[in-house]
Amino acid sequence: MASQAQERSASDLNSFRMKTRAWLEANCPPGARNVPQKMDSGYWGGRNPEYPGEDRMAWFERMAERGWTAPAWPKVYGGGGLDPAQGRVLKQEMQRIGAVDPLQSLGLTMLGPALLKFGTEEQKLEHIPLIAQGKIRWAQGYSEPGAGSDLASLTTRGEDKGDHFLVNGQKIWTTYGHKADMIFTLVRTEPDAPKHLGISFLLIDMDQPGVNAKPIRMISGNEHFAQTFFDDAVVPKKNLVGEQGRGWDVAKYLLTFERSMMGESIGGSAGPSVADLALDALGKEGLAREPGLRREVAEVMMEIWSNQIAAERMFDLGRVSTLSPFTPNVMKLLGTELAARRSRLAMSLGGFDALDRDGRDAYQWLQDPPNCVAGGSNEVQLNVLSKRALELPEHK
Amino acid sequence: MALVLTLDETMLVDSARGLFEREAPVTAFRALRDSGEALAWDRSLYAKLAENGLVAPNVAEADGGLGMGTSAAGLIMEQSGHVLAASPMLSAAISARLIAGAASDEQRAAMLGPIVSGERVVAPALDEAARHDPALLETTAEKAGDGWTLTGSKTAVIDGFDADAWVVSAMARGVPALFVVENGASGLSVERFAAVDSRNYAKLALSGTPAMRLGDSDASAAIAAGLDLGRALLAAELLGAADEAFTRTVSYLKERRQFDRVIGSFQALQHRAARMYSRLDIARGVVLKALRSLDEGSEDATWLASLSKATMTRLARDVMMEAMQMHGGIGMTDDFDVGLFVKRAQSAGELLGDDHFHTERLAAGKWGL
Repeated sequence: MASQAQERSASDLNSFRMKTRAWLEANCPPGARNVPQKMDSGYWGGRNPEYPGEDRMAWFERMAERGWTAPAWPKVYGGGGLDPAQGRVLKQEMQRIGAVDPLQSLGLTMLGPALLKFGTEEQKLEHIPLIAQGKIRWAQGYSEPGAGSDLASLTTRGEDKGDHFLVNGQKIWTTYGHKADMIFTLVRTEPDAPKHLGISFLLIDMDQPGVNAKPIRMISGNEHFAQTFFDDAVVPKKNLVGEQGRGWDVAKYLLTFERSMMGESIGGSAGPSVADLALDALGKEGLAREPGLRREVAEVMMEIWSNQIAAERMFDLGRVSTLSPFTPNVMKLLGTELAARRSRLAMSLGGFDALDRDGRDAYQWLQDPPNCVAGGSNEVQLNVLSKRALELPEHK
Repeated sequence: MALVLTLDETMLVDSARGLFEREAPVTAFRALRDSGEALAWDRSLYAKLAENGLVAPNVAEADGGLGMGTSAAGLIMEQSGHVLAASPMLSAAISARLIAGAASDEQRAAMLGPIVSGERVVAPALDEAARHDPALLETTAEKAGDGWTLTGSKTAVIDGFDADAWVVSAMARGVPALFVVENGASGLSVERFAAVDSRNYAKLALSGTPAMRLGDSDASAAIAAGLDLGRALLAAELLGAADEAFTRTVSYLKERRQFDRVIGSFQALQHRAARMYSRLDIARGVVLKALRSLDEGSEDATWLASLSKATMTRLARDVMMEAMQMHGGIGMTDDFDVGLFVKRAQSAGELLGDDHFHTERLAAGKWGL
């Protein structure tokens, strides 16, 4: 019986694959294929979207129409309603033809999953379809100038005014804060409670006089991050996610998605492998003259392969609900270190030409180290693993 | 196949773990070592393992085995790594794979059953140099009447001392071939090799030694398949041994007090422990992926075997060094078990190619570097 059911589902999956392949071939325009999957060149949607070009706009619209911007979310919230196995097939088939993600969005990768778990039905119906349709661009308001690795010491405060909160304070490292429409924000609403218990998770509309965001220029030259200032910002009570004072639970849950995503992004990135880069740059003969460099190429290739297998295992274990809660921390720690190691290696392979200020190698080399800090610094991941996974005692 | 254990596999792992903990705890291995017993493994334990289906479960049902695949063999080896069970399971699984790959139907029928039942110990004899180098094959086979004779030498023969027979590679009329040499054959000398891990190893010298050829064609593919399987099984055993040494080390960090506190409260040690935990978490997937891909016969199986062996050789080495360091002086004493894991990790890491060998194999073979 079991094996018959398995066979049937395998053949169903295969026919889904074939249909998906044909649809993608017909609907993914050339300009949405094999282009670098970079944050700045993606389509982010929002109230005032930046036009990504004809092909990418068409690609986004076609995918959004089927709910395939959020393939695994329920249809009732504007998702594609695919099961996890179908979702993986879609991803594989998109990778096969080099299709870019139709929509870049912190709503898709971070807020959406948290709303699905902690949101009220009204909140889900109000916000999730707008995320899937790319109508609202979200930012994340976690870190503050005085609350980085020690995030729970945050001081942005939300005063309870009956039907709304009045928010005052400052956030930093707000990804695209100056371009976003709304921001999910951690705010201290119970100043007298223990530090993890006085925090609430609020959805704040940035289109109001009390919210201002200013971009921060990074060493790579990009302006992905912003500082966000709240000055008597008004937040209706209906925009509180989860219980008042229990925002830390929502924040932690959401962070597991951010960490998994950061950790596995190295394995999923399109473009030539480091081995191909090395062969293009130096050839077999050139590499033979530099055995140390050749060895580093091989080791990075091995680590990237291991990271891909780990991502595959994370997916498989997640499907049968036996994933260790600490695997996202592991992936974030080792994945971001590996990404930085790979981009350092690409600099060595490129030599003098890689120093080009406007070149891809230099950009990536300066772009990867911040991920070892963002999403909870890697030292914070090590602390979490020590204390929670290994149950090693606090230093007193 | 998914990187999650099936229900059958979970049951197999549970039963293997139970049996190993009951019948072959580390104390049993230590007692065997101290007894100076030349065979270096326990016949009654091996019989029990075979009775419970833990010997060469990769042998197909048609050949008298369980047909549970390389994955099952690997999961058993992982459990044996936790207790350092000294039993010729690894050699049984490799020899069975070599025979299945090269033998005639008649030979398979005759040879595989007795390996699975534990009646006969058959050891693979492939290596000829101190550093693993499968391309080096200087042992030669000559046709002699109906049979063949072998001349040459073999080293690093796993479970090779006092085996009932050996599966020996040799060049026959210009192609690699596999032969079976019986214990007591003329012109055969078997030298016991006493290694740091106190397991059973031998070196063979063959001089016009009578042998039976397995099949009658080029055995390159069968040899490669045997090596791939052996590498993945060693990676699995190393995973078990490293996991055990790590778990014992974390327990020690929670017990040992210095400066009026348990040393596990020091962040310098916590972060090192957390890094080991992280690398073990990733390695578990790599080892299972290699085992699965061998069962599926996927294109990348041979490269995944190398990836798993390289990963586990390096990781086990690092974990063992940390285990010794974090245990302090006591970790360096013979009375304490950590040293036994350290030694086994070194041997298992070396056998069938260490991390350097397999990194090079991937660099040149898979990526064309």
